[in-house]
Amino acid sequence: MKKGMIILSLCAAVIVVLSQQKAPAKAPVRAPVKAAPAPVSTLAASVARGNIVYKKVCLSCHMADGGGVPRMNPPLMQTSYVTGDKSKLIYIVLKGMNDRVPIEDDYYSNTMAAHADLSDLQVADVLTFVRNSFGNKATAVTPAEVKIVRSGGHK
Amino acid sequence: MNKRLFFLLLLLAGIGAAAQVRPDADNAGLKLPSGFGALRVADNIGRARHIAVTKEGDVFVKLERMKNGGGICWLHDSNGDGKADEIKNFGNFNGTGIFIRNNYLYASSDQEVFRYQLDAGDKVIDPSNPEKIVTGLISRFEHEAKAILLDNNNNLYVNIGAFSNSCQEKDRQLHSMGIKPCPVLDSAGGIWQFRADKPNQTYANGIRYATGLRNVVGMDWNTQVNQLFVMQHGRDQLHDIFPEMYTEKQNADLPAECLYAIKKGDNAGWPYTYYDPFLNKKMLAPEYGGDGKKEGSKEYIDPLVAFPAHLAPNGLLFYTGSQFPARYRNGAFIAFHGSWNRAPEPQEGFYVVFVPFSNGKPSGKWEVFANGFSGKSEIKNPREAEHRPCGLAQGPDGSLYVTDDVKGSVYRIMYKG
Repeated sequence: MKKGMIILSLCAAVIVVLSQQKAPAKAPVRAPVKAAPAPVSTLAASVARGNIVYKKVCLSCHMADGGGVPRMNPPLMQTSYVTGDKSKLIYIVLKGMNDRVPIEDDYYSNTMAAHADLSDLQVADVLTFVRNSFGNKATAVTPAEVKIVRSGGHK
Repeated sequence: MNKRLFFLLLLLAGIGAAAQVRPDADNAGLKLPSGFGALRVADNIGRARHIAVTKEGDVFVKLERMKNGGGICWLHDSNGDGKADEIKNFGNFNGTGIFIRNNYLYASSDQEVFRYQLDAGDKVIDPSNPEKIVTGLISRFEHEAKAILLDNNNNLYVNIGAFSNSCQEKDRQLHSMGIKPCPVLDSAGGIWQFRADKPNQTYANGIRYATGLRNVVGMDWNTQVNQLFVMQHGRDQLHDIFPEMYTEKQNADLPAECLYAIKKGDNAGWPYTYYDPFLNKKMLAPEYGGDGKKEGSKEYIDPLVAFPAHLAPNGLLFYTGSQFPARYRNGAFIAFHGSWNRAPEPQEGFYVVFVPFSNGKPSGKWEVFANGFSGKSEIKNPREAEHRPCGLAQGPDGSLYVTDDVKGSVYRIMYKG
């Protein structure tokens, strides 16, 4: 519940920031903008960058709507694999996945290739995008978190 | 005439008329050539894969996932209206393949082939105790479905799909090169032949009948030329794996889905080559030094028909009936499950095509025969398709049956004239 509230308020803040950006920026609002939403605009920017990475690297298997391909490539919506433990999710992107495990009660055949060639920032961005798209609402992934998993910190 | 007898005859005639098999008013949602109609024999039976119809008109469907206590669904129509009104499930395994021959029902899991003895009326005698004919087949994530069929000499053919896209050191990995020789081919990526009546056979008892076939789900025995024909699922992801050599558009359009006539010992070239339907050539796969321009080795067999890429042919049937007009006789029907690897282009397939044949050779261009399964004019994401055609079978009256593994519909296509 608490997490959900935080995400909701983050989203609300994003909307506020976006609408503020649209408004003519004549009035001197520097101080209040600087105070709170700085990390929020980081989230929006990360989502935007992540969208580009998604289209280039992920879309061909997981599809434009994130719904995957039935029984072949798993969906990225309505699954704790995406919205749950960030380290596990980062690990899948970096190492790929070829486990015969059910994802939300179904099995998916295709091997997912490892994407260790992506930078920490790209992995963070694309996962932040996925965790905030296709009906998902979850916290951002940071490059620092990716770095820890890449260096074998934890999975 | 005796009045009572007259009314009895009238009643019987009435029953006879009511019990005619007629296409559904909407042809079960299908678009068909003029003169054809379709009805939905059953719906929501599960993930309906391959299908076999008995000489009495009963239908067996193999389910990819067990439903109502069984992985084989038996459909019976007791009042003669063409709609299944009695349904029983049996068989404690998931799978794809099903085939009837010599009073036996054969069915496959992803590792095994079983058979059930049928009685004189083609009913399964002992649904709980099938005989295990083949065991221990490779099933490793990708292309695990085992299609099966028998020839006329009591040989059983089993497709064992490659557990790999293109035999890279790391499957589907950017720039990962191919392993040479490809070790997958020892136990998969081909068609294996077993005896149809010998229990508990393993690889050691089988013969690798044909190799270099990445994944075959649709296959049939052409009785006109007494030969095995198969539809291969071509490789995926040329652009994803080698973006410098192939554009996204080329990724969607390459390689062809190929129809092959198979002789014992044939090699269709996977993973070393793929077939380019625009150049009409076997091309060297990029994992093995190709670049989209270098031709592959000529030692591999050529396809008889090259279909558009990624359409996923899951059913192949040579039509031997006489219900359909003469041009359909001995021709091939192919059920295309529909693509996924054409994104971001729209997906393709989700239909049944027809190829006219004469003496085992195509005698004309392929054409879409039955369309409308997906329920949409364009499919971007495969999961949007409402139905996806998978298995094909011919009924005793010459009707063509088609399964759908999304909602579990069984269609019956008839010629009305």
